[in-house]
Amino acid sequence: MLSNLSLILPELVLFIGAMVLLMYGAFSTKDVTRGVDLGAMGLLVIAAVLALTQSPNGQEVAFNGAFAVDGFTSLMKGLTFIATAVAIAMSRDFMAREKLARFEFSVLLVLAATGMGMMISANDLIALYMGIELQSLALYVVAAINRDSLRSTEAGLKYFVLGALSSGLLLYGASLIYGFSGATGFGDIALAFQPENGQLPIAMTIGLVFLIAGLAFKISAVPFHMWTPDVYEGAPTAVTAFFAAAPKLAGMAIFVRVMMTAFPDAIVAWQQIIIFVSFASMALGAFAAIGQRNIKRLLAYSSIGHMGFALVGFAAGTQDGVAGVVLYMALYAVMTLGTFACVLSMRREGGMVEKIDNLAGLSQTRPFMAACLAIMMFSLAGIPPLAGFFGKLFVFRAAIDAGLYGLSILGVLSSVVGAFYYLRIVKIMYIDAPPEEPYAPMARDMRYLAGASAAFALLFFVYPAPLVELSELAASALFQTPAVEVVTSIARP
Amino acid sequence: MTIGLTHYLTLAAILFTIGVFGIFLNRKNVIIILMSIELMLLAVNLNLVAFSAYLGDLIGQVFALLVLTVAAGEAAIGLAILVVYFRNRGGIAVEDVSQMKG
Repeated sequence: MLSNLSLILPELVLFIGAMVLLMYGAFSTKDVTRGVDLGAMGLLVIAAVLALTQSPNGQEVAFNGAFAVDGFTSLMKGLTFIATAVAIAMSRDFMAREKLARFEFSVLLVLAATGMGMMISANDLIALYMGIELQSLALYVVAAINRDSLRSTEAGLKYFVLGALSSGLLLYGASLIYGFSGATGFGDIALAFQPENGQLPIAMTIGLVFLIAGLAFKISAVPFHMWTPDVYEGAPTAVTAFFAAAPKLAGMAIFVRVMMTAFPDAIVAWQQIIIFVSFASMALGAFAAIGQRNIKRLLAYSSIGHMGFALVGFAAGTQDGVAGVVLYMALYAVMTLGTFACVLSMRREGGMVEKIDNLAGLSQTRPFMAACLAIMMFSLAGIPPLAGFFGKLFVFRAAIDAGLYGLSILGVLSSVVGAFYYLRIVKIMYIDAPPEEPYAPMARDMRYLAGASAAFALLFFVYPAPLVELSELAASALFQTPAVEVVTSIARP
Repeated sequence: MTIGLTHYLTLAAILFTIGVFGIFLNRKNVIIILMSIELMLLAVNLNLVAFSAYLGDLIGQVFALLVLTVAAGEAAIGLAILVVYFRNRGGIAVEDVSQMKG
């Protein structure tokens, strides 16, 4: 029993901490938002450190195999918790100015992070569902956190309806998989089907398709992306920044884990679906973003496109591919948080502005912010030698090694199309004439965060080895190859 | 004729389909969407319990119980969001949920 608890220690810390913070907030008479925010960030950092340091050799399971910890889960959990902590740090100034500062916000984010941790470590269909719901229920509320704003509540309503629909699809798939394999544990499901020629029984394939639909919704991959632009636009910007990073990391992690551990032999059955989803996401992310005038909506389409790129590595279905996905998601999280640090600073005297045209002449009025945003845009577009390029390099290399030439070519082409709207933002900032009214100065936190992520994106190529090694190690945990082999494979660029 | 697994699965599939169509075809009221979501989850529960009885395995029933509890929580949060939406919009017609487009 105690060994069970030591495995879920990061989630336990978050969960109990969230309860303590909630009680502290509810029972104190003063405004304690600041203290609760700091406490929540502290909890998340502690949980991230615990998660990153607990990586065992091979896989360890707890609670009758419902909860698994290995190198992959610990890295993804660490990244998710850190991304959540950064999102809270970015939200503080914004929420205070928008008069939204309530201590419940950080508590909800901590609870969502708990759900993400449970979900990443799920090793059983039941645990998977519970983790996803714990995360989603907190996210629905957070989307509608500005309860006096029509747009925010509408975003929450849309997110709730479509999220509940996707949970339903996922559950229906899970029920079919349970019925036809007689098990809910991922390992048992994999054992129950040793398909001949990679073909699954038809009912199992239907279950798998439903499961993929539910999970694709959580990472907003086409054709389950329709909620993303509306929720990103309607939710308060600080919430959007959170949505763009941590839930995407966790969703992608559990997507890869389910497919690789529960259906490793059925790769022929799901690879086609992933290839389609990946291509459709990349294409829609590239083309639909062109006509957008609102920066948050544009970033929503950009995130759909980036999920498509990450799925390219997943579609390869190889260890290199999964390593590419992990690396891509880590870099994407840094880039998107950096971008949102700049978007959160688009503030004039009267309040926030969200139009892309409002960025005109930013290089003259706020050169630092313009430089940071420009670096982020170049990096998101995948222009070498910035960090975003390496993410794309790794996933496309894995896809080409796996023989997915068509998908790789289409991916590179949509990356070129996508570069158009990223570069248009740079053009607006550096070439267009500035308006009369300049932006308010960036808050100190935002300056540091934007500067740090810009520096990361700019200098990643100097010393990429640590992150690449970590993602290779994480991927190897899913394929359970001896650690010695992994070390030799890192030497490749 | 004995009622076998197939009958339960067919019924659950029909209920599930009605639920999905209820979400997409309904143009009137958001409450109907919430009801459709419940219908989907109950179809899943029917599936789980039928499989559980068929397989002689209790896990399915445990799963169904957990789904029931989570569905209750989900409905509570859905209604709460609906109430704040109603306060801002003054109505809950599906056609009105269209502030953001594009």
